[in-house]
Amino acid sequence: MADILVVVEHQEGVFKKNTLSVVSAAKALAGLTGGEVDALVLGDGAAAVADTAAGTGVRKVLLGEGAAFAKYLAVAYAGAVAQVVKAGGYGAVFAPASTFGKDFMPRLSGLLDAPLAGDIVGLEKDGDKLRVKRPMYAGNAIGTVELVGSPLLLTVRQTAFDPAATGGARAPVEKVAVTAEAGGTAFVSRQETKSERPELTEARVIVSAGRGIKAQENFKMVEELADQLNAAIGASRAAVDAGWAPNDWQVGQTGKIVAPELYIALGISGAIQHLAGMKDSKVIVAINKDEEAPIFQVADYGLVADLFKAVPEMITEMKKLKSA
Amino acid sequence: MKILVAIKPVPNPDEKVKIKGDGSGIVLDNIKMVVNPFCEIAVEEALRIREKLTGEVVVVTVGPKEGEQQVRTALAMGADRAVLVEAGTDLDSLAVAKVLAKVVADEKAELVLMGKQSVDDDNNQVGQILAAVLGWPQATFASKIEFVADNKKANVTREVDGGLETIEVALPAVVTTDLRLNEPRYASLPGIMKAKKKELKVVPLASLGVDTTPKVKVLSFAAPPLRAGGGRVADVAELMSKLKNEAKVI
Repeated sequence: MADILVVVEHQEGVFKKNTLSVVSAAKALAGLTGGEVDALVLGDGAAAVADTAAGTGVRKVLLGEGAAFAKYLAVAYAGAVAQVVKAGGYGAVFAPASTFGKDFMPRLSGLLDAPLAGDIVGLEKDGDKLRVKRPMYAGNAIGTVELVGSPLLLTVRQTAFDPAATGGARAPVEKVAVTAEAGGTAFVSRQETKSERPELTEARVIVSAGRGIKAQENFKMVEELADQLNAAIGASRAAVDAGWAPNDWQVGQTGKIVAPELYIALGISGAIQHLAGMKDSKVIVAINKDEEAPIFQVADYGLVADLFKAVPEMITEMKKLKSA
Repeated sequence: MKILVAIKPVPNPDEKVKIKGDGSGIVLDNIKMVVNPFCEIAVEEALRIREKLTGEVVVVTVGPKEGEQQVRTALAMGADRAVLVEAGTDLDSLAVAKVLAKVVADEKAELVLMGKQSVDDDNNQVGQILAAVLGWPQATFASKIEFVADNKKANVTREVDGGLETIEVALPAVVTTDLRLNEPRYASLPGIMKAKKKELKVVPLASLGVDTTPKVKVLSFAAPPLRAGGGRVADVAELMSKLKNEAKVI
């Protein structure tokens, strides 16, 4: 098959690790259909991103630079990727299923009249036909999907593919000339949620809180536990809707999809939509007053308790463990 | 401002999803169909914009005739009239977007609002594809829409992975709605009565001359691997000891 292009995600020059899982998925496709995997970096002063991408085992990195890419805009990105795909004759394009990939990839699908499957968790061959697997209905069904036409466009669920190794032999970085048309859109501002903690999608441990936490100030206790565990903090939709937690902490069908080694759900009832975002975690702990809460059905260790008593005890226990 | 809102009927997301024995689809018998929650947010936002700027709110859906019920719900919330493009359920995102593009052109809409994703297919594609087909600007995952430049542009705040981002889009544009944009109103009883008399135009798909041959086909459905949960611990001491010695995660 024709070659495969991975569109690298970065935040204004900082490489994002979700791309590593995308590289693995692209290589899985190359293993099934043949073809080489290249990476594309669009940015303004993104040489360091290109260098990181060059060490992930790709054939080469294409670097399209220009002031128009200083801030990410879907219209400019989709247009530029379309140019690279056409010039290089790529048969498939991969991107992370993040708010980045989910924004510009469908636009690319419209520009190229090409089939797109989002959030894929698997790839397989059925005879000479390629099939992809993707979760639907909040993860309660896994669809087997056939794509007709070319190029194939795929966004990848980060938790479903092991990240590619970095720091390998450097592939060549080639500059590509692309024109950027922002087509009636312009960047205005960005409010970054500042945190010293690990990113939700990269954390080994996540402490997550829901309606049961009752107030924003009670997140202090969650933070203290998270500090003891070097954990990221998540939230259910109820906690975000109530204004107790920022939007990008939301775990679930329409928020972040996570699969840490340990997920601790505090005062989260376990709506289908929340479970969709965390049920692939390795170990799940649930603490809830309501023993009927659906979260207990997916929990490895369920504790029916008042979280305002249990969490301080956990913090004390953690401190003991650490000093032991 | 003339606003077109695309909506989709979906199985009630609070009911348990059952997959047919042969994996050919989802069991929909006795499952209530509702307006996709993200689409409801789009309808609400359109109504609020009309309250401020005057204009018209036209609801459109693409799918089987039964979708009329959910379209009536949007009319009962306050939309002015509706278009139902009668089609099967096998249309993929590209086909739906191309059909919507026709309707947008016919209606000369100045703004298209739609949910960022439907909670059945979870695709999150149609709005962006529609924007590309129309050659319009797009703003996805909106949590705030503010009109500027004499209502010729909009500043849209978007829910993105690292926080919030605001972009400016020139109108006409496609904006897809996220959870925090608004709290949709319930249809009032007088609203429901009025909705029965509002115009609902049914357009046969064939009359639009759009090639809807699917490029994305869902061949089968399977249940995800079952998680063996349900384990209990008596107290924090047992929990911490098990996390350390049994699960070995702390």
